[in-house]
Amino acid sequence: MDKITVENMNLYYGNFHALKDVNLRMEKNKITAFIGPSGCGKSTLLKSLNRMNDLVEGCKITGEIKLDGEDIYGDMDINLLRKRVGMVFQKANPFPMSVYDNVAFGPRTHGIKNKKELDQIVEESLRDAAIWDELKDRLKKSALGLSGGQQQRLCIARALAVKPEVLLMDEATSALDPISTGKIEELCLKLKDNYTIVMVTHNMQQALRISNNTAFFLLGEMVEYGSTDTIFSAPKDKRTEEYITGRFG
Amino acid sequence: MDDNRIIADPKSIKAINKVSFKQRMISYKKKPLSLVMLILVALAAALSAAALVFIIVYVLVKGIPNLTPDLFSLTYNSDNVSCMPSIINTIMLTLLTLVIAVPFGVGAAIYLAEYAKKGNKLVKVIRTMAETLAGIPSIVYGLFGMLFFVSALHWGYSLLAGAFTLAIMVLPTIMRTTEEALITVPDSYREGSFGLGAGKLRTIVKIILPSAMPGILAGIILAVGRIVGETAALIYTYGSATGYAAGPLSSGRSLAVHMYVLANEGLHTDQAWGTAVVLLVLVFGINTLSAFIAKKLGSKKG
Repeated sequence: MDKITVENMNLYYGNFHALKDVNLRMEKNKITAFIGPSGCGKSTLLKSLNRMNDLVEGCKITGEIKLDGEDIYGDMDINLLRKRVGMVFQKANPFPMSVYDNVAFGPRTHGIKNKKELDQIVEESLRDAAIWDELKDRLKKSALGLSGGQQQRLCIARALAVKPEVLLMDEATSALDPISTGKIEELCLKLKDNYTIVMVTHNMQQALRISNNTAFFLLGEMVEYGSTDTIFSAPKDKRTEEYITGRFG
Repeated sequence: MDDNRIIADPKSIKAINKVSFKQRMISYKKKPLSLVMLILVALAAALSAAALVFIIVYVLVKGIPNLTPDLFSLTYNSDNVSCMPSIINTIMLTLLTLVIAVPFGVGAAIYLAEYAKKGNKLVKVIRTMAETLAGIPSIVYGLFGMLFFVSALHWGYSLLAGAFTLAIMVLPTIMRTTEEALITVPDSYREGSFGLGAGKLRTIVKIILPSAMPGILAGIILAVGRIVGETAALIYTYGSATGYAAGPLSSGRSLAVHMYVLANEGLHTDQAWGTAVVLLVLVFGINTLSAFIAKKLGSKKG
C-alpha cells in the first residue's frame, strides 16, 4: 500500500530547477532510501514531504504530493501534517532544555497537559528510540550535555512522541560514529513495523542494509526507483550502476 | 555507559606540555617584537583598569564620609538635602520606562527577526533609524519630550512625561540587542520545532525567546543603566521637584538629576559626593540583580 505518492513534481529555488518531474510511491511500513551525490535534490524532496521547504524563500513547487491520498499542499493543516510526518535532521538539534521537556514538547504542542500521560509518552518514546536505559536517571538534565549519538536518538524519540505515521530522516547518521549509527539502523528496522520511514543517506551500505526500496537521484532527476535488491544487484540504468559501484560521484 | 575515567589526582601529574619560563625567554629572544607587543597590551589593560579603579575609589573616598543619616531622611528639606525621595523616584521611573519600552522593543525585534521577509526594505529603514536614534544626544530627546509630552499633551513636568521620553530613548537599544539575540538562535531550533508541528507563535514563545533571554536581558540592563544615569532628557520632562512623585502626573527628580542640581547649586558639594556613592551602589545593585536573573533563567534551560 502506498503511504505517500509524489506525482509530476517540480521544484524551483528561484530560477534553479532543483527537482525535475519526480514520480514516486512510498510504501507503508517500509523503509525507502534516497541516494545520490550531493546537490542531486534528495534532501530537497524529503523536505517537501512535510512542507519544510515552505520556510525557504523563493522555493516554488508544482505537481502533487499526497499522504494517504490526501493532497498535503491542499486544505490539510500544515501543523497537523508535520505532526503526521515527523522529521529527524542531519545534525541533532535538541532544544536547550531538559531531556524530558524535549520529548514532551511535541505532545504538549498538540494539547496534552496531563502529567501522567506525558510521563508515559516520554518513557514510551525514549524506549522506542532505544535510549531509555541510558537516560532514565537524567530526564531533568539538559539535553545539550548528551553525546552526539544520544542527542540524535533523543531527537528520534522527540519525533516519535507526537505519534507520527511517517518518519523522515535526513542523513540522520552522517555525523555519528559507527556504534551510534548501528544503533539507529537497528532502531529503524524495529520502527518500520509501526511507521513508514523515508531516509536520505550518503552511505550506500546503509541503504543496502536497511532499506526496502531505493531511489537514485542525479542532478535533480530521479534516475531509477525499485526494490533495494534490484537497484544494487541489477540496476537498469547505466548511471545508477556507475554510482553504486563508485565510478563517479 | 558509565565513564570511570576520573581517577587521576591532577597534582600528582608532572606534565611535559607546559611552556616553561626558560622556553618562553628563548622564544622572546628570537622574536623580540612579540615581547614588545605583550608589554604594550598588558600596559593597555593595566591603564584601563587603573582609570576605572581610580574613579570608583575617588568617588568612594569623597562620598562615604558624607553618607550621614540626614542624607536618607524620609523628607527632603534644604538642610538635609535628602536623596531618599530621589531614590524612590528613580526606581519608579525605571520601572515605568521599562514597562513602556520593553514590550514595544521586544515586539518590534520579534517582528524584524522572525516575521519580516529577508531583504525587506522596511526592515532596513527601521534598522537604520534605530541605529541613528541610538546615537542621538539625550538632550534632543529631552527637548522633544518637553515640546510633545509636557506642552502639547499638557502632562506638565511629570513622571509620565519623563518615562515616555526615556522609553523612546532606550527603545532602539532594546530593539537592536533583542534582534541580535534572536538572530543568534540557531535555525535548527526553529526547524526542530516546526518539524514537530508547532506553529510560529509557539515556536517563538517556547523555544526562541527562552534561548535568546540572556541577550535580551543584556539589552535591558544597558537600558536600565541609561535610565538611571540620565539627566539631560529628564530635567525638562520629569522636572526637578524635590519630593516624591505622588502620581503619574506629578513631578520629581531622579537621583542623577538630584546630584546634578546639588553640584550645580554649589552649596551642597559634599552631599553631592554622598549621592554619587548612592548612585554607584544603585547601579551596582541593579547590575548584580540582572546578572542573577539572567543566570537563573540560563540555568533553567541549560
